[in-house]
Amino acid sequence: MTEVSVAKEDVAATGELVVLKSVNKHFGALHVLQDIDLTIARGEVVVVIGPSGSGKSTLCRTINRLETIDSGAIAIDGKPLPQEGRELARLRADVGMVFQSFNLFAHKTVLENVMLGQIKVRKADKKQAEEKARALLDRVGVATQADKYPAQLSGGQQQRVAIARALAMDPKVMLFDEPTSALDPEMINEVLEVMQQLARDGMTMIVVTHEMGFARSAANRVVFMADGRIVEEAVPDQFFSNPRSDRAKDFLSKILHH
Amino acid sequence: MTVKLTALSALGSLVWGTLLAAMRVSPVPLMRGFGTFYVNTVRNIPLTVIIVFTSLGLADIFGVTMGASDDFKVQGFRLALLGLVAYHAAFVCEAVRSGINTVPVGQAEAARAIGLSFSQVLRIVILPQAFRAVIAPLANVLIALTKNTTVAAAIGVAEAAALMKTMIENEAQTVAIGAVFALGFVVLTLPTGLLLGWLGKRLAVKR
Repeated sequence: MTEVSVAKEDVAATGELVVLKSVNKHFGALHVLQDIDLTIARGEVVVVIGPSGSGKSTLCRTINRLETIDSGAIAIDGKPLPQEGRELARLRADVGMVFQSFNLFAHKTVLENVMLGQIKVRKADKKQAEEKARALLDRVGVATQADKYPAQLSGGQQQRVAIARALAMDPKVMLFDEPTSALDPEMINEVLEVMQQLARDGMTMIVVTHEMGFARSAANRVVFMADGRIVEEAVPDQFFSNPRSDRAKDFLSKILHH
Repeated sequence: MTVKLTALSALGSLVWGTLLAAMRVSPVPLMRGFGTFYVNTVRNIPLTVIIVFTSLGLADIFGVTMGASDDFKVQGFRLALLGLVAYHAAFVCEAVRSGINTVPVGQAEAARAIGLSFSQVLRIVILPQAFRAVIAPLANVLIALTKNTTVAAAIGVAEAAALMKTMIENEAQTVAIGAVFALGFVVLTLPTGLLLGWLGKRLAVKR
């Protein structure tokens, strides 16, 4: 673990990949994101934690503009997020996203799910796309399920397929929006292991999660959000053993030790 | 004639109705507005009025003869086709739109997240799932359409109802002739309904 994070800090030195500057968003009267400033370096794994309703999922979704923002700026790899349209579609292809509810295309097989983006967005030919899809399915451990439909798979398997589908686009950064929150306890680990592996391979990741174990072992940095603000940012060891803010102390005391 | 008219207008209204549904869910306000206006106008006008308008209004006043100005029969058929498509597309649109609403939002979000454009999201991910959900209501529209082709008699298209009228005027067994034509429609519509019902079950998307 220590070796890994040293190696990662080297990679991290190569530049800023995702930059959020004083981002604000309202849902009606609710101010869900308040002056969010966050910079994620290439190769960095950032885990966002916080109580429900703190805005962490919304934050994650603004990064590929599934949620629009009211003010502020978001840039990915130096380019500001474009308006809805072709430009935005191109940018989204570079940002992998994994959802809480998997969202695999229900009318397509597992293999087709992983091939679709490659063929329709990257314009890869069918044979190459299939080869790559099978390799990725193998990597996440569901190669034998390639010809089944999503509904025939367990939640953990579906989520791993969803990760493969995102990886098929060769994304610059991966967003995980509570990837294990809809899973049965015994399936959480199989998904976390795939994510750990990704982190070790140097993928830039932004992970919204309640899995403190994952945060401790895989994150370079923990971002703690509450009530639409970033309350605290720290390396995992420091955050979990010695949180500075009262809000974080309160949160950790509720979720740890039981 | 009835079968031909049914088949062609079914095809036409399916295509036009799907396009209208796409407009009604599109992000462009102008297209949404047009779709909504079209559906709410057309579906509230009686079909007879629409069909008669195509003949008396479009053809006689505006000179729209659908490329058959000298052949009255062909012209009538094409105008009737136009009216039937225009009318039933409004119903197809609403059926398809309700189907689109059955597809979970996450499907579209996932499709957008891998970089598909709006039309790709609709064509590749949403509509295939939406259609499977609305096969039963589409069968309804199709059956109604089959029977509604009789309205084309109003502008002199020689479909079943027009034929029946001629036969009843010339023959004595009016009840028998009526029964035969009624049976003819049941023979057309019943298998359509059964086939589509079966198809709907078979193609249902499991979640």
